[in-house]
Amino acid sequence: MDTETSGAPLMMTQRTANRGETEMIEPQAIPDAGPTGASNRLEVSDLSIYYGDFRAVEGVSMEIEARSITALIGPSGCGKSTFLRSLNRMHEVIDGARVEGSVRLAGQDLYGPGVDPVEVRRRVGMVFQRPNPFPTMSIYDNVVAGLRLNSKRMRRSETDVAVERSLRGANLWEEVKDRLDKPGSGLSGGQQQRLCIARATAVEPDVLLMDEPCSALDPISTLAIEQLMLKLKQDYTIVIVTHNMQQAARVSDRTGFFNIEGTGKPGRLIEIDDTTKMFSTPAEQATQDYVTGRFG
Amino acid sequence: MSSSTITRATVTRRGDRVFSGLSRGAGIAILVILAGVATFLFVEGRAGIFGDTEEMSGSDSFLQYVGPLVFGTVFAATLALLFAAPLAVAVALYISHYAPRRLAQTLGYIIDLLAAIPSVVFGIWGITVLAPLLTDNIYPWLNANLDFIPFFSGTVSTSGRSMLTAGLVLAVMILPIVTAISREVFLQTPRLHEEASLALGATRWEMIRQAVLPYGRSGVISGAMLGLGRALGETMAVTIILSPSDGYFWSVLTNQNSNTIASNIALKFPEAYGLDVNRLIATGLVLFAITFIVNALARRIANAGFSGADG
Repeated sequence: MDTETSGAPLMMTQRTANRGETEMIEPQAIPDAGPTGASNRLEVSDLSIYYGDFRAVEGVSMEIEARSITALIGPSGCGKSTFLRSLNRMHEVIDGARVEGSVRLAGQDLYGPGVDPVEVRRRVGMVFQRPNPFPTMSIYDNVVAGLRLNSKRMRRSETDVAVERSLRGANLWEEVKDRLDKPGSGLSGGQQQRLCIARATAVEPDVLLMDEPCSALDPISTLAIEQLMLKLKQDYTIVIVTHNMQQAARVSDRTGFFNIEGTGKPGRLIEIDDTTKMFSTPAEQATQDYVTGRFG
Repeated sequence: MSSSTITRATVTRRGDRVFSGLSRGAGIAILVILAGVATFLFVEGRAGIFGDTEEMSGSDSFLQYVGPLVFGTVFAATLALLFAAPLAVAVALYISHYAPRRLAQTLGYIIDLLAAIPSVVFGIWGITVLAPLLTDNIYPWLNANLDFIPFFSGTVSTSGRSMLTAGLVLAVMILPIVTAISREVFLQTPRLHEEASLALGATRWEMIRQAVLPYGRSGVISGAMLGLGRALGETMAVTIILSPSDGYFWSVLTNQNSNTIASNIALKFPEAYGLDVNRLIATGLVLFAITFIVNALARRIANAGFSGADG
């Protein structure tokens, strides 16, 4: 790891250097891990995803460390979003979706018999491509939407605490604390996306999936979300799909490259490695071509 | 492309002119027809309202005459909506979010077919099938066990020609329109909102409560009001089923029921003459006004609060 970082030449920015330091600190934080501790690593083994007869993703294996950011990159239609959604079984909203292989979170198979997808999604939260706060709900109600599920009764004082904690965690508290009762749809796009992140983290999941969370945002909002991700990394295991390779290079610890051979063929994980290595000396030629912009 | 080709589109083509003329004409025609009906009701009905009551059958004032009819109309329609709306929303949700696609399509088609049945058929079905069924099985029980509630007190009608029967038949009649509109708005719920809810760990029912119902709220209300409008004006089925009396009656099980405006007109009009005709037309004007108010209220309710549709 160290050798790889030092071996990464020139193109690595100051930020990645800082990120290297964060990684050095990280192992020390693991022993006193809280509820979202180090055991929350994801192990994906030989995962294939099908929609009916169509195989969308084939044979993906990867390990995602707790409290790290893993970026998934690749051309459109390569199955990276499908793969991401399979990590909390969100792809099952489409009829006929099924998987082969396994996804283990802290050792437990998310696709095991008797595992309820509803339970999986409580532990593995998700932020979407376009900000999607509930339009009929206030900012406050949006944040506690997840907490109020599963017939949980919470006292107002408890939800007040949760709302402030989640909004502070999403760097949104100062901007909205005076208008918590206003509709969430009245916020700007970047604020809405941070509201969605607050909503996702309010239920204290173990893993946070982000499906191109900045693709609908302007650069300033994007920067705010990226800074937020680096902060959230201290508590959550984050997997992000992005089309923006600079973004992957800026925020992620590890990067996975997906590709597809042609239309109708399944997407596959070409390689996954430390981000610094992926953007400097990847093992595969296809990765090299993609990250240097030769195709895709 | 030079800028000279992008001139202001002031040149109107003939096709555009013809089409815009046609659509404007259609829009104006609606207003003219509506105004015509209103004028007719007002002009012809005026004598019924302000005319000499001595010359009409029964010597009471117009308000005394129309009061029970308004009551009966609103009562029957409210009963119908009370039964139909929850059922319609449930059926619409089943079609939009629970049923397998093929079954959903068939079911939707059958519901739409229900709207094509003429109301006289519903009336005959109500009086020959539904009424005896309820009179034998349900009404006596309601009367025996719940007669402390004014609605279920009194002497149970032996023929079943009661307000409750009329309300139930009306409910079946307005079910298709309420269901169809609810189903359409439920289907339009943005996938993003549904997924937001599911990703938080919502069950399907929780997702429906969190994303689908708030989004469809105004649409469901519009559908319910359209149904209510139909129930208010429904004539034939009520005329066949209801056994009317003069006065206000809260009980829904007896032979004594306030008639509805539309049914009253249908019953009395063939034999009416002189000012009685004008009075019947005046009740029609009142029905017109009620429907108008209901629609206005519906609009206000549907637009109140922040609706999902504007988000």
